[in-house]
Amino acid sequence: MAPPDLTAEQIRDFRALAGAIIPPSASYGVPGADDERIFSDILRSLERDRDDVCQALAHLVRLAGGAFADLEPARRVEVAATFREAGGAPLAALVRVVLLCYYRDDRVMRSLGLEPRPPFPRGHVVEQGDWSLLDPVRARPRMYRGVD
Amino acid sequence: MHDKVDVLIIGSGASGAAVAWSLADTRMRILCLEQGDWVKPTDYPSNGRDWEARLFSDFAINPNRRARPTDYPINDANSPIKVVNFNGVGGSTIMYTAHFPRLHPSDFKVRTLDGVADDWPIDYATLEPYFAENDRMMGVSGLAGDPAYPPKAPPMPPLPLGKSGARFGKAMNQLGWHWWPSDTTIATTDYEGRARCINLGHCTPGCAQGAKASTDITYWPLAIRAGVELRTRCRVREITVDGHGMAAGVIYYDAEGKEHFQAAEVVILACNGVGTPRLMLNSVSAKFPKGIANSSGLVGKNLMFHPYALTYGYVDEPLDGNHGPPLCLWSQEFYETDPNRDFVRGYTFQFGRGVGAILEAIVSANAGRLPWGEDHHAAYRKLVNRRIGLSAICEDLPEEHNRVTLDPALKDSHGIPAPKLDYTISTNSQKMMSHGIARAKEILAAAGAGNICVESPILNGGWHLLGTARMGTDPERSVVNEWGRCHDVKNLFIVDGSIWVTSGGVNPTSTIQALALYIADSIKQRLANLFD
Repeated sequence: MAPPDLTAEQIRDFRALAGAIIPPSASYGVPGADDERIFSDILRSLERDRDDVCQALAHLVRLAGGAFADLEPARRVEVAATFREAGGAPLAALVRVVLLCYYRDDRVMRSLGLEPRPPFPRGHVVEQGDWSLLDPVRARPRMYRGVD
Repeated sequence: MHDKVDVLIIGSGASGAAVAWSLADTRMRILCLEQGDWVKPTDYPSNGRDWEARLFSDFAINPNRRARPTDYPINDANSPIKVVNFNGVGGSTIMYTAHFPRLHPSDFKVRTLDGVADDWPIDYATLEPYFAENDRMMGVSGLAGDPAYPPKAPPMPPLPLGKSGARFGKAMNQLGWHWWPSDTTIATTDYEGRARCINLGHCTPGCAQGAKASTDITYWPLAIRAGVELRTRCRVREITVDGHGMAAGVIYYDAEGKEHFQAAEVVILACNGVGTPRLMLNSVSAKFPKGIANSSGLVGKNLMFHPYALTYGYVDEPLDGNHGPPLCLWSQEFYETDPNRDFVRGYTFQFGRGVGAILEAIVSANAGRLPWGEDHHAAYRKLVNRRIGLSAICEDLPEEHNRVTLDPALKDSHGIPAPKLDYTISTNSQKMMSHGIARAKEILAAAGAGNICVESPILNGGWHLLGTARMGTDPERSVVNEWGRCHDVKNLFIVDGSIWVTSGGVNPTSTIQALALYIADSIKQRLANLFD
């Protein structure tokens, strides 16, 4: 049976948490993880982590004593800090999905100087390097043990 | 019921492909059963924008996470190291880094030289021509002249050093320690129909360019052209025996779950160090109540992994990141036994180029390096593309309590019992890992790295599955003889990593394939009296 979709309440909390993990930054000119495009990608990408994400969100509600999204900003920071310490494997899965989607967003990648494209077919350039660095190793005597 | 074949190979990975290709020139009827599918180059993650994300889904290295219909579950709860594999044509050569060192001459003589474990019944000199043949078939890039090895001549030049390689080279020279460009099966020139590497960087989960050698694009096209039949989506449940105690054939399930019997004159197992003992232990009969060819009781025992101790740090300038094959150098400085150390045997260092942007974020988040909130962005920018790291691949000595058995409850999608692993890291290996971490910290310091981190053992680091049906001349202390034939069943052979007596401290694929070619040659030379 396919795991159930997140409820509207869970989605609100999840989005608020994503924004607490990675808020937008004017200094770096990047959106937060709660950005509409990025958060939609997150919701589409839960697949194997859906159960863990649901567990993590349930834990968050318990810590917040209700909807995390409805907390005052200062209280949110407090609850998020506690959750970060206590969230365990389900939270690690949730954070992983957030990061997977955040760091493939075109705007975020460009801000990091990364090209928003797949590796294939253009590949990358890796410099050959200075092979004369090997000269002292070439000059070493045989290192492997004889067996005869 | 299918027509009887002369040779039935189970598994199409590193060893199954090599033995199929080599035996093809006998003109025998050869069939290979593979539980997975062909993987198309267009399916590989590096084709799409989700290339890093797929490391956590359909191209996850751990089969329990990946959980494709072609995978089987593994109970690895009682092991600090989790299995890495891939099930498909090419097997785990689809899902490997293509690092291709050979075992050393001393690795075959550990009892004689160091008084531990057992010597192999064969030696480096015996395998040398098969190493060379396999280097040619797989297409190896590297550089002749490494003082850590007997002479060899890789057919292609080495991978580029890049910024990270040069940094490591200078550091190793400063310390006076050995380093050398790795032998790798990544083509640095166009080679036998394969295009040269263009530095996609995401090599481990399959190469969209086809530069990385996996046996689906090296051995298999030639074997199939020579007449070998490869049947996919066929999961073997058990090997059956006849009234004389010889292997009669196998029972397998096809993609629709329909049961088949395939008769064979000779059966060859090539399912890796976990899959092979699983199948043997599940092949129970009146003649073999403990599993086929298991009179020694050693099937599944002596599992060896190579514990990996990873140490990494960050420098103050962007390096190669994930651009380029991840591994490009090795060091054998600490490979051979040194009586001044508190452990026997040794390890290889493999040097890593860097990781992708997403993997950096995830690993750093898990390690607590990446804050939540406003500070996240500045912290991340000090990490991305600035990582350099190296792993000590430690020789794991055989211990019978490290083992593969059949799980009493967990089953695959066909109801076949899953393998269960019980494994602990020995005191000798722990000391070796500590030594490796201490030396790695010195190397990273010399390379100008700070913010040093350690992952030891690498949790998802069970790439190398060895020792669970060991080779030897004594039927009471080994499962197969010195040319891969089971002592108990004279038409049953094993060619994968199960037959290793000791593990050495290097990635094993090169030696696994050389052994498979050697066993194939041994079979061919004895065809007239193979079962004597």
